[in-house]
Amino acid sequence: MQDVTKEYSPNIVAFCCNWCSYAGADLAGSSRLSYPANVKIIRVPCSCRVNPMFVLKAFQRGADGVILCGCHPGDCHYVTGNYYTRRRMALLFSFLDYLGIERERTRVEWVSAAEGARFSAVMNDFVRTVASLGENKRLTDLRCKEETENA
Amino acid sequence: MRDVELKMKERAAALLKSGEVARVIGWKKGEFYFDPSPASFETEEELSEFVYNGFCGANLSKYLIAASKKPGKTAVFLKPCDTYSFNQLVKEHRVARENILVIGVECQGKLDIEKIRRKGVTGVTEVEEEKDGVEVTSLYGTDKFPREEILLEKCLCCKGKKFMVADETIVLHEMPETKNDRFAGVEKLEKMTAEERFAFWQKELSKCIRCNACRNVCPACSCVKCVFDNPASGIAAKANDTSFEEQMFHIIRAFHVAGRCTDCGECSRVCPQHIPLHLLNRKFIKDMDTLYGEFQAGETADGKTPLTEYTEGDAEPKDAFKAEGQNA
Amino acid sequence: MQRIGVFICWCGSNIAATVDVERVAEVIRREPGVVFSANYQYMCSENGQQLVKNAIREYNLTAVVIGSCSPRMHEATFRKAAEEAGLNPYMVEIANIREHCSWIHKDREEATEKALVLVRTAIAKVNLDAPLQVGESPVTKRALVIGGGIAGIQAALDIAEAGFEVDIVEKNPTIGGRMAQLDKTFPTLDCSACILTPKMVDCAQNEKIDILSYSEVEEVKGFVGNFTVKIRKKARYVDETKCTGCKVCMEKCPSRKGLNEFNMGLNNRTAIYIPFAQAIPNVAVIDPEQCIKLKTGKCGICQKFCGVGAIDYTMKDEFVERKYGAIVVATGFRPMKPDKFNEYGYADNKDVITSLELERLMNAAGPTDGVLLRPSDGKHPKVITFIQCVGSRDTSGCGKPYCSKICCMYTAKHAMLIREKYPDTEVHVFYIDVRTPGKNYDEFYRRAVEQYGVDYIKGMVGKVYNENGKLMVQGSNLIDNEQVVIPSDLVVLATAIEPEPSVRKVATLLTASIDTNNFLTESHAKLRPVESPTAGVYLAGVCQGPKDIPETVSQASACAAKVIGLLVKDKLKTNPCIAHPDESMCNGCSQCANVCAYGAITYVDKEFRLGGGKTEVRRVASVNPAVCQGCGACTVTCPSGAMDLSGFSSGQIMSEVEAICKM
Repeated sequence: MQDVTKEYSPNIVAFCCNWCSYAGADLAGSSRLSYPANVKIIRVPCSCRVNPMFVLKAFQRGADGVILCGCHPGDCHYVTGNYYTRRRMALLFSFLDYLGIERERTRVEWVSAAEGARFSAVMNDFVRTVASLGENKRLTDLRCKEETENA
Repeated sequence: MRDVELKMKERAAALLKSGEVARVIGWKKGEFYFDPSPASFETEEELSEFVYNGFCGANLSKYLIAASKKPGKTAVFLKPCDTYSFNQLVKEHRVARENILVIGVECQGKLDIEKIRRKGVTGVTEVEEEKDGVEVTSLYGTDKFPREEILLEKCLCCKGKKFMVADETIVLHEMPETKNDRFAGVEKLEKMTAEERFAFWQKELSKCIRCNACRNVCPACSCVKCVFDNPASGIAAKANDTSFEEQMFHIIRAFHVAGRCTDCGECSRVCPQHIPLHLLNRKFIKDMDTLYGEFQAGETADGKTPLTEYTEGDAEPKDAFKAEGQNA
Repeated sequence: MQRIGVFICWCGSNIAATVDVERVAEVIRREPGVVFSANYQYMCSENGQQLVKNAIREYNLTAVVIGSCSPRMHEATFRKAAEEAGLNPYMVEIANIREHCSWIHKDREEATEKALVLVRTAIAKVNLDAPLQVGESPVTKRALVIGGGIAGIQAALDIAEAGFEVDIVEKNPTIGGRMAQLDKTFPTLDCSACILTPKMVDCAQNEKIDILSYSEVEEVKGFVGNFTVKIRKKARYVDETKCTGCKVCMEKCPSRKGLNEFNMGLNNRTAIYIPFAQAIPNVAVIDPEQCIKLKTGKCGICQKFCGVGAIDYTMKDEFVERKYGAIVVATGFRPMKPDKFNEYGYADNKDVITSLELERLMNAAGPTDGVLLRPSDGKHPKVITFIQCVGSRDTSGCGKPYCSKICCMYTAKHAMLIREKYPDTEVHVFYIDVRTPGKNYDEFYRRAVEQYGVDYIKGMVGKVYNENGKLMVQGSNLIDNEQVVIPSDLVVLATAIEPEPSVRKVATLLTASIDTNNFLTESHAKLRPVESPTAGVYLAGVCQGPKDIPETVSQASACAAKVIGLLVKDKLKTNPCIAHPDESMCNGCSQCANVCAYGAITYVDKEFRLGGGKTEVRRVASVNPAVCQGCGACTVTCPSGAMDLSGFSSGQIMSEVEAICKM
């Protein structure tokens, strides 16, 4: 896989469920399937643990894109967790788009523990998409920006 | 309208006198004719202040959270649309149904004093609902306006005049329904580009002074402690110093009430900055209706909401956008 | 503030080749809260773990961050090491700098930078970690099996074999279930009763097994290891302890017009009856809907003739309450009634029958003593047509969308048995597909076709109608692409099987999840196929999905293994990474319980001090630590943020987000 342009590389926060997607990311690693380094993964027990507040927090702190990964619908370790994720995030992302935060900056993908190649492909594609939008300015908190710049 | 007020007063007096209820929640006279405010009446004497007129837009159901915890029964006057909020509160165990006597009251659609003022009428002393419009009497004379021109925003998209719950009702006249498309405003925004939408909301939300009026009036915002008041939540903030804070507040608030918001329109009514907050809640309502089938919060006092429910074949988040035909 | 130790692993060259591990350890040492950092070739090795343990003791570390491979790999290893050094094991966080960093990035500078961010993120999380205690709950060493068919019988026998007490609750007067109604079984054609009844007798004789027949589960309280179950013992009007099963009452009973359920209503039985000869318990029961004495007060003949005085017309339903550690659901199935399908004429023609009815007609203990005679006139049918997939794989809404799985095989069996016993009989089978995966299954089907000359016609049947006493089966032959009409004497419908309807109530009582077809949902379709998502509840047989006898028996034994694995424990360890509500903020709104897949959340009324000497009683959520699995669904649905998840708290995740975005 080709890395996205070196000049501008967006900062991506990826929430991965422990049972499928995090394991999928592990498999991408052990298969040496690369994706850009500014994708950083946060492990959550289930995609349904992801609160909209976390997504907003990421944007506030200057993330350019947020992606949630969970088990495929029907395969959730907790039986029904990702079904709730699917509804919550469909609504939240539609809502963010309604406020003018481009829908391409947010994404939900189902990646199983066996789909290392898919994990890498999804991340490469997401980074490319977000990179084409440029930096997230619409939700960034100006104070946080200064904080990090001064740091 | 006078006859309705009279009847309500009579009933309230009888209930208090007989001791059947310990208090009645209704509206009491303000400084002017057009600013009545919600009030609790505990004695017959206090009822001299009781009013019910075209400006009683306030939804009284939220006051029942506190009232239903007090000893004795509480009677409350609910307009048809307020009964949805009442049901929602019962469903969430915030109001003990058995402690409340719900009296459904007639509603002709409530009036927006700002809209009347904009028509050049000040010093309103009385309004009378007529078949062909509303007669507004002021210190300076009498005018008649088509109802639609002076109704509150929320009453332009009336949910209907059926009481979702009522132990008894006081309805003396026919109740007209003004049924504009409540999603028209949402659709207009959806048709804009992301930049235009962002500009629209930045302009609107930057007016927010974080007075919390929308939250405090909202019957769905009934939390014992709001996340925005809780330092441990990580998002608590009272100040309002960057654009993000308003966005965060309004996004989270809209998400928290999604599936529970009855679209009572109180948030927009009370916003001192006139931010069209109902456009936020209605976006969620519209999306939920489109994706998961029509749902009206508060129609019943039990059952799940679209966000605590799922089906195996629900739309994927990425397809969900397509379904609505939004433009980028 | 925590005193944090950071340990960066080289993993040989796996990490060290792309990540400058020394630099990471060096830079991280300057992070607030970090009092020690080290790097080592193999942190998971004996020496590496020792390094961690020594540092914990020497530097009084309160928290540990390991920069290494995936936590899915060695989180448990390092938690154990920390515990051995006296640190709470949940004060350890792993930064995954191998799978998520060194293995996927080539640029050393870039990978090192990312490793630093990942370690900082783990530090942000560990800073907010709190020591967690593994909880314990006791285990009642007794199992309940709901349903006394072959699944329930097998599960009960296996559990009893391991030395645990088991109760079988069966709603019918006898155990045995559907298998008892079958004549022969595929693919070996053993007699069903011959292999089932010894198992039924074993159940009756096993001192560890208590059979509560003619009983139903009324109420279930508690959770894994600690269920309290209320069971209704329906009034039998016959004292089980006295009845000897002599059947004199059956001979004398004047009310003889009851439909014999065991024979699928093909013949009649008396009001007092024993369902079949090998019933367990071999005790009579009175059908109160049919008994003249119970309906009119007059008769009492059976009581008069009962030599042991077992008949008691005043008997009432009884309730027993027992405690169990585990529950096996084995409620089974019933064949779907085909009367909705007008095209097959089941309701109008006596000689259109279902496969289970045919099973009874072929059984030596059946209404025709095993001689195949058709119901309308008692004559031998000369042409028999089988119709497959009646109500199965049907998306029209009339039937079931799923494949019932057993029909292809039992139809091959029926066809073969008929051709064997009555070689002059013509047998046709209309099928959509023939599905015979399984050991010796396809061979079995091929025998029916090749050796027994059964005429298999690929195609669907459009209509069955009566013409001059013949059943005309009109269908399409897709292979020859033509319409065919087969004049038949008997038509057999392979009707879909559906879960026994009472399973809905059982599912509700157990808070076990159930799908739109009324099949109980397993915890994981592939990896936990016999466990319900509700801890301590296991699924055996068709209640979980269509399956044949060998599969049912395997699943029942698998359930038993799971149950035994649970019951041998004296105490259950509970996962401490679970949801917990902050009661001071909880609204009691029930939203969290609505999304909990495990039924772990209940509500209690609690008194809170309001200040000024006042108190208030509020309804607040309470999470059962033995039941909560820690998914976090409830935390997001809670508007006040009262619900949080230990080990993955909102504060922790948000500080991780902040650490990642700080760049």
